[in-house]
Amino acid sequence: MKNDLIKPKALVKKANRRDFLKYSSLSVAGAGLLLMGCDDEEQIPINPAVSLGSGDVGILNYAYALEQLEAAFYATVMTGGYFANASAEEKQIMGDLEKHERAHRDFFKAALGDAAIEDLSVDFSSIDFNSRSSVLMAAKTFEDLGVAAYNGAGQFIENVDYLLIAGKIVSVEARHAAAIRDLINPGTADFAGDDIIDANGLERTLSFSEVLTAASTYVTTPLDGSMLPSS
Amino acid sequence: MNLLKLLDTMCPDTNSPEEKDRFYSRREAFRQFGDMSKKVAMAAVPLGLMTALPKVAKADTESLIGVLNYALTLEHLEYRYYQMGIESGVIDGADAAIFAKIRDHEKAHVDFLTEVIGNVLMGTPVAEPEFDFTAGGNFMPFSDYPTFLALSQAFEDTGVRAYKGQAGNAMENDVVLTAALSIHSVEARHASMVRRLRTKKGQDTVKGWITNASIGSLPSATQPIYAGEDNVTHGGVNVVNLTGIDAGAVSEGWDEPLSKDQVLGIASLFLA
Repeated sequence: MKNDLIKPKALVKKANRRDFLKYSSLSVAGAGLLLMGCDDEEQIPINPAVSLGSGDVGILNYAYALEQLEAAFYATVMTGGYFANASAEEKQIMGDLEKHERAHRDFFKAALGDAAIEDLSVDFSSIDFNSRSSVLMAAKTFEDLGVAAYNGAGQFIENVDYLLIAGKIVSVEARHAAAIRDLINPGTADFAGDDIIDANGLERTLSFSEVLTAASTYVTTPLDGSMLPSS
Repeated sequence: MNLLKLLDTMCPDTNSPEEKDRFYSRREAFRQFGDMSKKVAMAAVPLGLMTALPKVAKADTESLIGVLNYALTLEHLEYRYYQMGIESGVIDGADAAIFAKIRDHEKAHVDFLTEVIGNVLMGTPVAEPEFDFTAGGNFMPFSDYPTFLALSQAFEDTGVRAYKGQAGNAMENDVVLTAALSIHSVEARHASMVRRLRTKKGQDTVKGWITNASIGSLPSATQPIYAGEDNVTHGGVNVVNLTGIDAGAVSEGWDEPLSKDQVLGIASLFLA
């Protein structure tokens, strides 16, 4: 099931020449450029973007970016009409999620210290915070995205302590995701639906670029993930 | 990964933009072959690729087989528990879809791990043990629905902690680590659902996430499953002091691992 909340805006800086060519009108020159070799790890400046960095620090900043997005989302939820009129159970869930994501965000900021990326700007204008369905669908998008992002990033983490920290957080994001999905479709199998879990019982993973593209629908600060590990 | 390095050294032998794109997207597919959510036949792609990877040292393979057989033991327990629960008729009709889905996932995990251990790592998958879900006559999960739900929560929360505790041991193999993470989050979804279901039914006051190290209304034998879940210090940072958020909420925001010995101690209650 395609998530219609995700509208890639190509804000994420493409690190490789091939994509750069696709996004520019230089495809004619492309053939010539490609003759120079095809190591696609090269930098081509397109616009100044916030670099997440490389190695484990880059992955922690990647997580920090996602947690910033989630924390900002729930902070906004708490100020909207949906929350004001929500049931006791849904108020509790939203309040908890706001605290969890804020704690995650502040933790990453502290853990990263000087290496932390700046505070990101967000745009939630596509979400109606007075509408239950709009808020829950967005929450589902963010929580499912978070799980798939951590699951996809795990294999690139070098330091076992960081891997464990990611593991401690990802299962909480999955708990969130299941609860939100159950609010949308109560009592069904949707809390762990076939749209995100395959026939082997494995939840989907997403790559850095897939996640950054999805996040760019809401994060207006351009993010550069080109130095993130790729093998 | 050497295979990817190898792919990186290849250039598409064409000037057609479409073919170049195809080449690069195929390379990207290889790069992400840990992503098994793409409805590919397991045996066809990721497993085949895994065998194509440079052979890890025998000792490493042995240790991976050990980790996966441990996971498989837990999956056997979970699958058998839900299968017996469904067969017993103890489950409320309104909740049938939830437990059918959980059972199906546990079955898929059993089959998947068996396949990886036996046909990829060329090891011997552990056989299903004999289980005693009454734990020596203490529980009647297949005739008492609240008990069925309580043990379900206990098993799922244990599963989450068990997989988390093995992440470091699976690190040497990207495919195995990614698979383990992808099972781990599914177990967490199950746990969240069952916990909320118990509270909805008035059997407990737990939330989808674990508050402090509370066992809620579960039997005291489950205490080891939640021991240590009240931790609020991560990477040397006390998150309560850092944020001013209450300890209960901070403890909910991070799930803790359990060691293999701790988990087997819990599981041994249910071995015949």
